Amino acid sequence: MFAAENGLKGDPRLEAISAAIRVVPNFPKKGIMFQDITTLLLDHKAFKHTIDIFVDRYKDMHISVVAGVEARGFMFGPSIALAIGAKFIPLRKPGKLPGKVISESYELEYGHDRLEMHVGAVEPRERVIIIDDLVATGGTLSAAISLMESQGAEVVECACVIGLPEVKGQHKLKGKPLYVLVEPSGLDELC
Amino acid sequence: MQTLISPFVSHSLRLAPPLPRNSLLNNYHQASPIRLSSHFSTTSLRLFNSGAAAASRDSEMTTEDGKDPRIAKIASSIRVIPDFPKPGIMFQDITTLLLDTEAFKDTIALFVERYQGRGISVVAGVEARGFIFGPPIALAIGAKFVPMRKPKKLPGKVISEEYSLEYGTDKMEMHVGAVEPGERAIIIDDLIATGGTLAAAIRLLERVGVKIVECACVIELPELKGKEKLGDAPLFVLVSSA
Repeated sequence: MFAAENGLKGDPRLEAISAAIRVVPNFPKKGIMFQDITTLLLDHKAFKHTIDIFVDRYKDMHISVVAGVEARGFMFGPSIALAIGAKFIPLRKPGKLPGKVISESYELEYGHDRLEMHVGAVEPRERVIIIDDLVATGGTLSAAISLMESQGAEVVECACVIGLPEVKGQHKLKGKPLYVLVEPSGLDELC
Repeated sequence: MQTLISPFVSHSLRLAPPLPRNSLLNNYHQASPIRLSSHFSTTSLRLFNSGAAAASRDSEMTTEDGKDPRIAKIASSIRVIPDFPKPGIMFQDITTLLLDTEAFKDTIALFVERYQGRGISVVAGVEARGFIFGPPIALAIGAKFVPMRKPKKLPGKVISEEYSLEYGTDKMEMHVGAVEPGERAIIIDDLIATGGTLAAAIRLLERVGVKIVECACVIELPELKGKEKLGDAPLFVLVSSA
């Protein structure tokens, strides 16, 4: 669900966040309007608004784990985790985590990739939110959900700053709620 | 698992670290194998505090030897994984620190106490573990966060800097326009080893006229003398792993 439809309609912070995101046409390939959150990170106020909105939503939901998807999930997840008193768990590309891992594969446009998590990082029945900067097809988030559920943890919600049109109208991802702050900027632009 | 102060307990398999606050973390550590080895390195604690009383200014009373009591907790929350990524390397795994909510909070607090109120407008974080520590610090001190990334990850126009690896080279990139001349920056990474990565980050920022106030890491491997690669930039670390 989009934040504007879920209690934050007209919230000026959402507009500030949207305005701070830069669109880079034709990256990584022709036809893709890439949503660049690095400009959001340069705007201290807008970045703070982003974190505050997630923190306000999750602080009273007894969340003990914030899992962030490499690498842009790392830029948002830890600040949220610190503010709500939760652990931060990085979900990483293969071969990065040094200890014993479990892994889950997911589809790319061409081929597939894997997401890994340390064994023992999450315990059964822990309440988890999963963070990434953007959700497109939901493939990566689905893999993250599978990792958590394989360890007996409960995914309470997936949270992203940006949600592509494919997810609009869908409230659920693999049966789990999805919370998104803004739609992509400048889809009708072309340079 | 790193020990705290004494180097004399190095030869037992279980190094008897203090019980982590988080019982989940305790189970987690017991699940990870620690190889018996006479070369097993221990960790000595040294708080590198190059001249700034700022780090302890707002903290609780220090221990008898002058160290901030939060440092011990932080050091004990870091897991050591032998032979990763290859034989002979004792990998310092900060993911267990991130599972210890108090230790992670204290880590950020120590950096924030040191850097707030010093006109620092840029926190640059090195991919990928610098992305975990940098943004919370940036938010707390009112600075921008600038990710320093591997090639081809940043979508916009970039400047790049090459640096040496053990075999071969790699490149580090930063977006054009992310920083402006005259800005004051700190550079964050989880660990400094040879210093090659941090040196590349320094060069990138200095090329566009930014002043490096300090490089800040959770862990230093002092034997690798990374500090020497940083030129005039000071280095601040919380934990030194011998």
